[in-house]
Amino acid sequence: MSPSPWKVFGALVRRDVHVVSRELPFFLLRTTLQPIMFTFVFGYLLPRMGFVQQGYTAALLPGILGVSLAFASVQAVALPMVADFGWTLEIEDRLLAPVPTWVIALEKVIAGTAQGVIAALFVLPVARLIMGPIAGLDFAHFGVVVGMTLLGAFAFSAFGLLLGTAIRGEQIGLMFGLIVAPMIFFGCAYYPWKALSAAPIVQTLVLVNPLVYVSEGMRGALTPSLPHMNLAVVAGALVLLSAIFMALGLRTFDRRAVS
Amino acid sequence: MAPGGPGSPFAGPGAREILALDGLDLSVPPGEFFGLLGPNGAGKTTTIGILTTRVRPTSGNAAVAGIDVVRDPVGVKQRIGVVPQRPNPDRQLTAIQNLLFHAAYFGIPRTVSLPRAQALLDQLEIGDRGEAKVEQLSGGQQQRLMIARALIHEPEILFLDEPTVGLDPQARLALWEILRSLHQQGRTIIMTTHYMEEADRLCERLAIIDRGKLLALDTPAGLKARAPGATFVQITLDGEALQALPAASAVPGVTKAATKGSEISMYAERAGEALPAILRALEQAGRAPVDIRLTPPSLETLFVSLTGRKLE
Repeated sequence: MSPSPWKVFGALVRRDVHVVSRELPFFLLRTTLQPIMFTFVFGYLLPRMGFVQQGYTAALLPGILGVSLAFASVQAVALPMVADFGWTLEIEDRLLAPVPTWVIALEKVIAGTAQGVIAALFVLPVARLIMGPIAGLDFAHFGVVVGMTLLGAFAFSAFGLLLGTAIRGEQIGLMFGLIVAPMIFFGCAYYPWKALSAAPIVQTLVLVNPLVYVSEGMRGALTPSLPHMNLAVVAGALVLLSAIFMALGLRTFDRRAVS
Repeated sequence: MAPGGPGSPFAGPGAREILALDGLDLSVPPGEFFGLLGPNGAGKTTTIGILTTRVRPTSGNAAVAGIDVVRDPVGVKQRIGVVPQRPNPDRQLTAIQNLLFHAAYFGIPRTVSLPRAQALLDQLEIGDRGEAKVEQLSGGQQQRLMIARALIHEPEILFLDEPTVGLDPQARLALWEILRSLHQQGRTIIMTTHYMEEADRLCERLAIIDRGKLLALDTPAGLKARAPGATFVQITLDGEALQALPAASAVPGVTKAATKGSEISMYAERAGEALPAILRALEQAGRAPVDIRLTPPSLETLFVSLTGRKLE
């Protein structure tokens, strides 16, 4: 008698909770230090120096959260997976579990989503502390905040599944240089998408970047009174991107799991 | 279990056009200790990969415990334990956690798996290493942990892929004892190896494979009986051996005599009777023996005669 896939799923989650909770401080340091330093320079130093307007922090905070949660989600799934399939082969003990391989892949994405949310929850108070009071910051739409956070983290975890299974170990550096870095700079994290109307071609091109929707979604949720993309468009784009990344990621995962 | 079928090619890993298995047709009855013997690249690991659902055959069929590996991989996984070629424990966990989580992946509750895990570690003589981190275990201990992991869900069939590669001789002998006792408990064991001695001493039946093809299938004794019936005789002489070659070749029962420097080698039927005559012939040719080595018919000589190449 094979156990039910959900029972096995639960065991996989327990394993990841056990491992991740022990590694959590290092994980947070690794994934959130860069956005926090950015917050310090652009949300604290530059406003004090008078190089940027005080109101900039309101546009910056949601973007910083978006970067944190996207970056943490991608890393949480992709990095261990590249190692698992590339050289440690440690995931083998889970691939021998009596469940279809997609159960194992889905669990990794869910665990990555949770880690992305944790990173965002960690960065929010830190960033708020660094920036000081932020005009327009509004926690009234708490459900929207939770929804956008979960959607964004899931989309980027699924993206991590695709990257982690499609990319070989020696290409990790390339992945950060060519995919993750441009994604962050052109992800509307440090400026609102509406403001890109100053550069219309860029404004159109960045629409292929999943981070744009996470940043704009966080804007719509946290600073609803400020300009942001329509939340229905954001949600629709994130659902669509999640579906595409999941479909492709499950395929590449299966190819790595069963050669 | 029965992988393959006459004339049914399996393609190797990935989409590369490599024929890893070519019409390999085997079946192993329950309770047997079965060995797949062949050199590196023979198709042993591909065979194990197909039977353990980790490699998808491009054609042909394979079943484990009567279950088709392609149609119901989950059903197959439920019934097998796998010891990989290279230990791949979950390094984020301790030794015993490796077993407990693996059991949980099979739906076994901790109340059942905890005593079972400790018993397995004790049986494999690493009972005191349960709380150790994986990297604190030696190679041999990690390999034992892999065996414990493969057994924690009490599978019907145990697959081992070159389990003793990289182990020191002592650890290898210890592992042989463990495998023997597992087999005595009635478990079906399928093992790949490229060590003749290991195959000879452990397995009830052996398949010799090379380049994806089955070359011979029998008990070790049966295979040895089929080995070329001559003893391989190598004699080092006190000088150039070439001048003694005609005399040695003329001795009745001697075949394939050859020389290299001061060494002369030949195959001799009933070496005990032939050897005095060979030595007399060498002496008449003006050469005295310095050293004599005899290799009786073995799996090794059978393998060489079947494939024209050595195992290791």
